[in-house]
Amino acid sequence: MNFWRDIKGTFEPFWVTLRNMLRRPVTVQYPEQKRTPPERYRARIVLTRDPDGGERCVACYLCSAACPVDCISMQSTEDENGRRYAAWFRINFSRCIFCGLCAEACPTLAIQMTADYEMGNRDPLKLVYEKEDLLIDGGGKDAEYNFYRHAGIGVANRRGGNEDEYGPVDIKSNMP
Amino acid sequence: MDGLILSLILILIKLGLIFGVILTMAAYLVLAERKVLARLQLRHGPNRVGPFGLLQPLADLIKLLTKEDFLPEKADKWLFLLAPGLAAVTALLAFAVVPFAPPLTLFGRQIPMVVCDLNVGVLYFLGLSSLAVYGVALGGWASNSKYALLGGIRGLAQLISYELSMGLAVVPVVMTARSFSLTDIVLAQDPVPFALIHPLAFLIFLISVAAESKRIPFDIPEAENELVAGFHTEYSGMRFGLFFVGEYINMIILGSMTTVFFLGGWSGPLLPPVLWFLIKVLAVSFVFIWIRGTLPRLRYDQLMHFGWKVLIPLALFNVVITGGILLWMQNP
Repeated sequence: MNFWRDIKGTFEPFWVTLRNMLRRPVTVQYPEQKRTPPERYRARIVLTRDPDGGERCVACYLCSAACPVDCISMQSTEDENGRRYAAWFRINFSRCIFCGLCAEACPTLAIQMTADYEMGNRDPLKLVYEKEDLLIDGGGKDAEYNFYRHAGIGVANRRGGNEDEYGPVDIKSNMP
Repeated sequence: MDGLILSLILILIKLGLIFGVILTMAAYLVLAERKVLARLQLRHGPNRVGPFGLLQPLADLIKLLTKEDFLPEKADKWLFLLAPGLAAVTALLAFAVVPFAPPLTLFGRQIPMVVCDLNVGVLYFLGLSSLAVYGVALGGWASNSKYALLGGIRGLAQLISYELSMGLAVVPVVMTARSFSLTDIVLAQDPVPFALIHPLAFLIFLISVAAESKRIPFDIPEAENELVAGFHTEYSGMRFGLFFVGEYINMIILGSMTTVFFLGGWSGPLLPPVLWFLIKVLAVSFVFIWIRGTLPRLRYDQLMHFGWKVLIPLALFNVVITGGILLWMQNP
């Protein structure tokens, strides 16, 4: 006979709900109270700089290729030393899904995600960020990293001249 | 002649006062329900409009009034327009017989604190709650939508079934009070409220009243998951608002009826009678909200089985037992 179990099952919940009524609500009252987002939170995307202050971006198009919604576009160009950079760089945040694939794809740690999530806007055109809106002064998450000190062709040092790099291999010889 | 005009004016004042109080109370009951329900679920509830969200009913009213009043193309126009009014007015009219305080002596004349002290008040109330079914049924029928129709049919069946057990639960009260007048029923509960004398009838009445007000766990006429919004699916703007406010007026009315029949009406120590009445009505309303926050919705067949196979036999049994005891007490 499940009768007593049913009776208990009908009246016990009343005690549970009453107990919960006297507890504090768990809601975070957003505009007044703000939670600190986790370190790796993915929101507004930025372009970071070297420790020396130069742009990290080498306009390799990997981020725009990785972007599943095609919201990143740019035009690459070179300066007189042969160093590549983006002539213009544009992220359409009204289309961005903040998946972070661009930041993962970036070989120079230039494009990074930040925790600044308050970028809502009533005008979609104001969500199209140009290069000057995206560039920040610091180095972001890995401030000491400088791509051309570890790799790259002849911008900071000659080819293979960086400390942790081997020199070019002599392709005419098969000796190690 | 002077006496006639004076009593007319007094009646008008009384009517206006009751009308205002009930509508305001219904509006704020919506807020209270949302607040209490939120707290039961560890939320805050509406707290943005005004201090503690106290102006929320006003904002809701403005929203409902400014929304489009939509009429479905193939709806039965007049019935469609009439049904919400029917739902709200029948609920409102029932308050005419509710005594909310003992008679007041003013200007040397006795003023009963009830709009109309009918000697068949109980029957009037039962009749009006039967009429309230029409609002649901006609609203569902006239919308010409399958969801609304299903909701209307379910509402019809549910309200008729539970009216029966509600009426039968009141019978022991009437038998003990020996009157159909609500004022006499309140006076008959002077030392002990009927809830203690007739606990079974009280329980049956409370359950039937919850079903009668179409609230969770008995809200199958508007079961969101199955029927979109049930009988008021096609309604928008203030017509939906009338259905909505009618539901809350109904909650107040049924709460007052519970108070009058079982909780001793206005009687209570220390505080003024009107306040006691209000406290009791609000307590019953709180229990309704609490039930809503606790229990899940019944299935349609469970609801019908519970009504016909449990509540009605139990209520009949209770009537017979009460009658026997009353007879035995008359000539032991």
